[in-house]
Parts: sequence; structure tokens; C-alpha cells
Amino acid sequence: MTAVTAAHGDKPRLVSRVSAINWNRIEDEKDLEVWERLTGNFWLPEKVPLSNDIQSWHTLKEHEQRMTTRVFTGLTMLDTIQGTVGAVSLIPDARTPHEEAVYTNIAFMESVHAKSYSSIFSTLISSQEIDEAFRWSEENENLQEKARIVLDYYRGDDPEKRKVASTMLESFLFYSGFYAPMYWSSHAKLTNTADLIRLIIRDEAVHGYYIGYKYQRALQDASPERRQELKDYTFELLFELYENEEQYTEDLYDPLGLTEDVKAFLRYNANKALMNLGYEGLFPKDQTNVNPAILSALSPNADENHDFFSGSGSSYVIGKAVNTEDEDWDF
Amino acid sequence: MSTSTATQQLSLVYFSSVSENTKRFVDRLGLPAQRIPLRPTEPHLVVTEPYVLFVPTYGGGNGQGAVPKQVIKFLNDERNRRLLRGVVSAGNTNFGSAYCIAGDIIAAKCGVPHLYKFELLGTTEDVDNVREGMERLWLPR
Repeated sequence: MTAVTAAHGDKPRLVSRVSAINWNRIEDEKDLEVWERLTGNFWLPEKVPLSNDIQSWHTLKEHEQRMTTRVFTGLTMLDTIQGTVGAVSLIPDARTPHEEAVYTNIAFMESVHAKSYSSIFSTLISSQEIDEAFRWSEENENLQEKARIVLDYYRGDDPEKRKVASTMLESFLFYSGFYAPMYWSSHAKLTNTADLIRLIIRDEAVHGYYIGYKYQRALQDASPERRQELKDYTFELLFELYENEEQYTEDLYDPLGLTEDVKAFLRYNANKALMNLGYEGLFPKDQTNVNPAILSALSPNADENHDFFSGSGSSYVIGKAVNTEDEDWDF
Repeated sequence: MSTSTATQQLSLVYFSSVSENTKRFVDRLGLPAQRIPLRPTEPHLVVTEPYVLFVPTYGGGNGQGAVPKQVIKFLNDERNRRLLRGVVSAGNTNFGSAYCIAGDIIAAKCGVPHLYKFELLGTTEDVDNVREGMERLWLPR
């Protein structure tokens, strides 16, 4: 796999002191809530019937297949970084023992994600094509640059900047890649692969939310100057990454003429990464209009800006209230 | 809707976890709002006026536990459920079919409209749409 090294080559940092973790004494209820959510969402790629996509794969043109395999090597790279370095680098900064445990879960799931792309590859393409795609990922400057920027912060000495970089990876950097399977799914192609990717997207959403939340907790204790420093840093990093993502997107999607559509999706997700960090979105609405087909491939529930107020909800009938009990709500 | 008889604006009730995403959205509306208590040790909230409920979606995936338990407790009180007029929900499209499902569940259960969905902290447009919508939703007393 691609080897990306950063300037700092020192030994891994470890937590300085370990006490036996007591899950019966919770300091931050989010730790338990997120642990339960993540373990409840646990899955393995072997459960997804990827081989049902073989026929569909062969309907793709050669350049479409090439784009798709390159996308998946890029995603493999990010998940490898997040599993082996990113989530692990957050452990020594944890504020509670339960937070440490959540990061171990995140790290493991990232390794599951990384492995699941190999399941897709081995199902759909030859080992020669797999090797070619991995070679491309090693030689693509924009992919390497994306990895270098993030790894530098993981190995740096600022716990909060590490969380920002990690949230950017979880909530923003994956999406130039996630676009492709959503695109194919919206054309009724590679639908099982898309199902698997949706499981990854769901996990990354919880990861980005949680790491962003821990960042905001740290900000509560910070001085106004420090808060400003971190906010400025966050937006600078976003711009740096966004510029790189634009070029990476062109490398991948220009041959299919999809680049502008993907960029709108990038900006939409960049805004969500900022929101996970507690900031308002940066890109205005007219720059984040995601193709409705992509949005509906992502979430069938995201129906055309659900807005009853605007009068589109005329089909609603107000009913009568009925008695409810706790168990009624356990859907 | 608006007549010479006395009318009142809908009040607003919300739940927000310690991450406070939903609270920040409600704060930006600039409308008076009551918060459903986070902890069982805090006093139970009982409302006396018709209201719109703002709620985040928990969970994701199979939709299990999507409605926060504090909201369930609040709505299990008939006095509160009787005055519910609509629900606005927060979520994340990355949760697929579970996106904003808490709003769907409450709307179906209580027979009220699911008025609006927004993601995470919501955008400026979301805040404007909901504020204008809330201002238009007057009820005869």
C-alpha cells in the first residue's frame, strides 16, 4: 500500500497513565451514547452480496471502470490513515477513559472500511487491474498531498488541531470518493457496492460528529485568543484541503464530465464538516446544490427540501392524539 | 387564519443533547423557547400552550432509539401531547433512510405534520424558512 511519511518520525505517543475503565461511572454521557451507537452499527463487508454487482460492472465503459477503481484506492488510502494513525493519535488526548475506548472502536472500524474496498476489488476486477489502481494512487500527487497534509497534523503537537484534521477527513475528504458509488447507484448500477459504501458513510458520520463534539468541549475551556487561533486554523486548513480536493476531483472525474457536479457535493460536505466542529457553513446555498439524484442515493428521506411551511405539505391530515407509552417508541 | 379574534403565536419546545446542535438552531430563530430537560433529576416540563417541537434524530441505521428518551417521556404526558401542533427535526443525510426519522416517528405517532427537516446546525436558509414558517403559523385561541 502507498507509503506516505511526514516530517515527524518519532515514536508513537501513548497515554501516560491507565486506570481500569469503569463504564458504570460515566463522565461524559456522549462517550457511552456514541459507543452504543457505533457497536450497534457494527458490520462486516462479507455480509454484503457484492458478487451481485459483477454483471453490472461489465456494463461500465473502460474509463468508467478506471475512475471507479481509482476512487476506491483513494478511499482505501484515507481509511488506512484514519485506522492506523488518525484515530489512534487521538487516544493520548482523550479527556475520559471512555473516550479512549471509543477511539479504539473508530480505529478498528476504519480498518474494516479499508478492507472492504479490497472485497470490492477482488469481486469485480483482476489482480493486474488492482495493482494498476494502487500504483495510480501512489503516483497521484493530489492524493498524496491530501494524505501528507492530514498526517502532518496527526503527528504534530496540538491536540485540537489533530481533532480538526480528523473531522475534516471523516466529514469532508472522503466525499470526492463517495460521490462515485452514489452516482452509479442513482443509475441503478453497482447497487450492492453502494449499499456497502452507505454503511461506511453512516460510520463516518458518527465519527465526524463525535470528534467534532470533543473538539468543541475542548474549546469551552480555551481562552478567547486560543479559540480564535483554532477557528482561523480550521478555515485555513479547509481552504488548503478544498483546493487540493478540486484538483483531485478533476483528475478523477474530468473524463466523465462530472467534475462540477462533484464539486457541489464537496462544498456541501465541507459545510457539514464545519458544522460538526461547531462552525457555520462557509459555502453559500447556490454553491452547495447537490444533484438531487445523488442526494436521494445518499438518503431516500431527503425529499426535495422537506418544507411544510412553504405549502408543499398539503397532503397532511392532522389526526387525533393517542395515548403512548415508552415501548410504543421503540421502532 | 388571522381574524379579529384573539390569536396567539405558537410557542416552541425543543430537546438538545450536550452537543447543543439543536439548541444553537433554536437560538438563531430568536423566538421564545422552552427546553425539555436533559437529566431525570431536573423538573419535568409541562406545557400550557400549543407548540411546535424541535428534535434531533438519534441513532441512525435501523432507526432503533431514534427519538431521544427525554422526548418520549415528555410526550408520554398527555398534557404535553395534546398541545403538540407540529414537529421540526434535525439529522444528517449520511444516515440514509434514518435521516430525520425522529420527526417522522413523532409526526406519525401524534398525528401532526412533520414541518421541516434540517441538517446538523442548519443553514441560514433553514433558519429563515423556519422562522417565517413559525410566524405564519398562528392559531385561533
